[in-house]
Amino acid sequence: MFEFIYNILDFSIDLFIKDIKFENYILTALTGIIIAFAIINGVLGGVLALIWGERRLLGRFQQRTGPNRWGPQGILTSTADAIKVMFKEDIVPEEADKYIFNVAPLLLVIPVFIIFSVIPFGISLYAVDINVSVLFILAVTSISGLSIICAAWASANRIAIFSALRSVAMLISYEIPVGLSLVGILLICESMSVMDIVIYQKIPFILIQPVAAMVFFLGSLAEINRTPFDLTEAESELAAGYQNDYSGMKWGLFYLGEFAAAIAAATVFSTLFLGGPNGPILPGIFWLTVKVIAVLFVIIWIRASWPRFRIDQVLNLAWKGLFELTLVNIIVTSIAVIIWTDGEANRLIYIGLANWIFAFPFVFLIFKMLKTKNYDSDNKKLIRYPVGSETPKFHKEKN
Amino acid sequence: MYKIMNEWNGKTLGKEINNQIADSVVDSDNDSVFIDSQKIYEVMKFLKETSGFSFDLLSSITAVDYIDHFEVVYHLKSLITLSKATIKTKVGFGRQNQPEIDSVYSLWKGADFQEREAFDLMGIHFNNHPNLKRILLWDGFPGHPLRKDFVTNSQSIIEEENEN
Amino acid sequence: MSIKSEPITINLGPQHPSTHGVFRMRVTFDGETIIDVEPIFGYLHRGSEKLAEERTYTQVVTLTDRMDYVSSMLNNQGYILAVEKLSSIQPETRGVWLRMIASELQRIASHLVAVGFLIQDLGAWGTPLTYAMREREKILQMFEMLCGARITNSYLRPGGVFMDAPEQFWNNLTSFIEEFPSAIDELEKLLTSNEIIFSRTKDVAVLTPEQAINASITGPILRSTGVQWDLRKNDPYDFYDKVEFDIPTHNAGDNYSRYLLRVQEMRESLKIVKQCVDFIEPGPVRPHHDEVPFLLRPPKGDCYVAIEGSKGELGFYLVSDGSISPYRWHVRSSSLINLTLLRDMLIGTLFGDLFVTFGGIDINMGEVDR
Repeated sequence: MFEFIYNILDFSIDLFIKDIKFENYILTALTGIIIAFAIINGVLGGVLALIWGERRLLGRFQQRTGPNRWGPQGILTSTADAIKVMFKEDIVPEEADKYIFNVAPLLLVIPVFIIFSVIPFGISLYAVDINVSVLFILAVTSISGLSIICAAWASANRIAIFSALRSVAMLISYEIPVGLSLVGILLICESMSVMDIVIYQKIPFILIQPVAAMVFFLGSLAEINRTPFDLTEAESELAAGYQNDYSGMKWGLFYLGEFAAAIAAATVFSTLFLGGPNGPILPGIFWLTVKVIAVLFVIIWIRASWPRFRIDQVLNLAWKGLFELTLVNIIVTSIAVIIWTDGEANRLIYIGLANWIFAFPFVFLIFKMLKTKNYDSDNKKLIRYPVGSETPKFHKEKN
Repeated sequence: MYKIMNEWNGKTLGKEINNQIADSVVDSDNDSVFIDSQKIYEVMKFLKETSGFSFDLLSSITAVDYIDHFEVVYHLKSLITLSKATIKTKVGFGRQNQPEIDSVYSLWKGADFQEREAFDLMGIHFNNHPNLKRILLWDGFPGHPLRKDFVTNSQSIIEEENEN
Repeated sequence: MSIKSEPITINLGPQHPSTHGVFRMRVTFDGETIIDVEPIFGYLHRGSEKLAEERTYTQVVTLTDRMDYVSSMLNNQGYILAVEKLSSIQPETRGVWLRMIASELQRIASHLVAVGFLIQDLGAWGTPLTYAMREREKILQMFEMLCGARITNSYLRPGGVFMDAPEQFWNNLTSFIEEFPSAIDELEKLLTSNEIIFSRTKDVAVLTPEQAINASITGPILRSTGVQWDLRKNDPYDFYDKVEFDIPTHNAGDNYSRYLLRVQEMRESLKIVKQCVDFIEPGPVRPHHDEVPFLLRPPKGDCYVAIEGSKGELGFYLVSDGSISPYRWHVRSSSLINLTLLRDMLIGTLFGDLFVTFGGIDINMGEVDR
């Protein structure tokens, strides 16, 4: 795609501005700017659509219509939100550290857009092809933890620091299962490039590596601070936590960054586990959009139904549950990869069967281990206080 | 299966208490027993811990302002013997000094907030209460509102508070 | 190398999404563990007890509505029973059945609010809350038919109720009785089989029966610790001894059993309403004003009546000196006294449990502050 746009630029500039010939590097820079512009605007458009979609869907889950006032079926609600947020007063608390206070929202939003540079939108429709793009994605997603700490510390607000520390603890704990769950895929494809993984997926990896898919999905939910792991901004406890002191467009950037992170997580999951732009007849970008929308629907569905965890339960789940599942997955996959080496026919089906038979039962084992113990109701008596067991003295006098 | 509570006759209860703790009952009628305010803690301890009485649930503590004295009213319930009783005490004769009485916090923890409220709104001081602060009004409030001689005029409250 | 750590004090101020009104707590944390709690209230104190000394006995009924504003009919019932005992009024039969129906419907509405907001505080983003509010909406529409107001309904008068129920009310009530059990089942199933709710509420903030009775705690909290004590059975008033119902009791004393107990109590209240509808007969709902004058003057004396409110024992102490206003009126409010053990229940738990425990006690600030 890069050469394509480069050549178009070269050709059109030759056509219209006859005497100046631009140097190579200027054309390269211009091409880069055009591609980045297209991707960022596409993602921002997706964020606006997601805000509308989430509020409508939540409304339908709660048996009410969602927003339906601005535009037909309420489509312009997110635009109205954005305009409102832009006109609000920009307050900086007096004791805040002004420089870090202003920079923190940017630190949240920028890494999310960087992820989209390595995602393929179709065969040879991508911005950059790095040969270690999986590692690149994992590295870039952890910058958001830094932004939360910056925001909370710069606000000089104790409740904000509370929520930020919770979030950082959660982020660090969930990095490991998320990273390790991708090792199975890397073993099968023998390459760390997202392009190669997409090409390899004749059968989507969610059917071949079910345990890894589940762990990756839950870990991504934790990294983007979504229910059931949204204790960072547990509205009913901390009333927006680290975002407490932000107003106006800075808060708008936090809001936007959260939804963009949700889209990014859904896109990465669809690319690595659902096959990305693979699909019959229609162009790749259509199939990628359909898969992303399906994953986002599941994320919103989970948000509407489940309450949230407590911080010690979240950390228990990461270290005692998901971490062990990833180890099991790696062991089974590495044995299967050695037995059915590259080049064999139906290799993927055999590896998939091995995973389903040997690795999946561990999920039930972990669930049984982490479950809350039920009441031991047989041994305890129901009534624990002797109501009415004595007679008062005035009755004794009557007898 | 569910038994119904009976109410103690005040005269019977008064006789029983007087048998155990001498000179504690000042007066009694059909509903309630009047106890001497110096001996209230002993009487309450006796009523809570003796079997046959065992008043383990303190239902409410109230204070009433009759112009020349205050009255502290205790309503007790017993889950073990399924009975209820009313105990009253007269404190603070003459209005100059602050009325004082012993607190029953160490017997029933439920007396905590109710005694604080009686102190806050009526001005009755409970000895040996661990945390006798105002509970419903702010700390610098002048006076005790539920007394009969409290002027209900916000202007005078603000003037008094500015004086202090 | 040891890490030095300091406890941190946070003020969860009067304005907060989860404090059920204007309630303030100063909480001291060591990490995420709570080591001290100091509740501060009084932000909604309106001086109802002093105001009652300048109003007639019937006008005080409007003051009782606004105390626990989620269960107005129950407050009215307690106060009217105290007035009737003081002046020895015999209430009209149809009035008593109607006020029992109103009280039990109000108990269902109050428990729906408690359960819905408890789950909302757990973080379920409003879905169970909208289900509970949908059912409560039906009850409030029925109240509007009865007395014209949805929440602060001054429906009861000494001797009976204010007005008879219109025709439409009985149709609504019958359809409500048929539809409500399935709604309770839906609400219960949505939440009773959820692992996250189990792990967050089971074995958290456990109380023993001796602790609870010593702290004068009554109501669903006491029944969840294993004490079978309900004033409708043990000290019956109105016609509660003529209807059959059970008292659900659990023995665990933790947050989960308090929540589950309220859901089961809703079923029992529905049983009572059904039986009242069967037993009710036509007749006057209020004694004629020759027997019970509008300006009531009870004889000198005092009395204390306690009813089973939705949050515990709701007691009214009335002192009369023969004039048209009460000489002294005191409310034994269940919410204020249920807060006695808040500090002991919360010390040692984590921050995530603070609002869940607080919601499980189910207080209402109008009643705490009066």
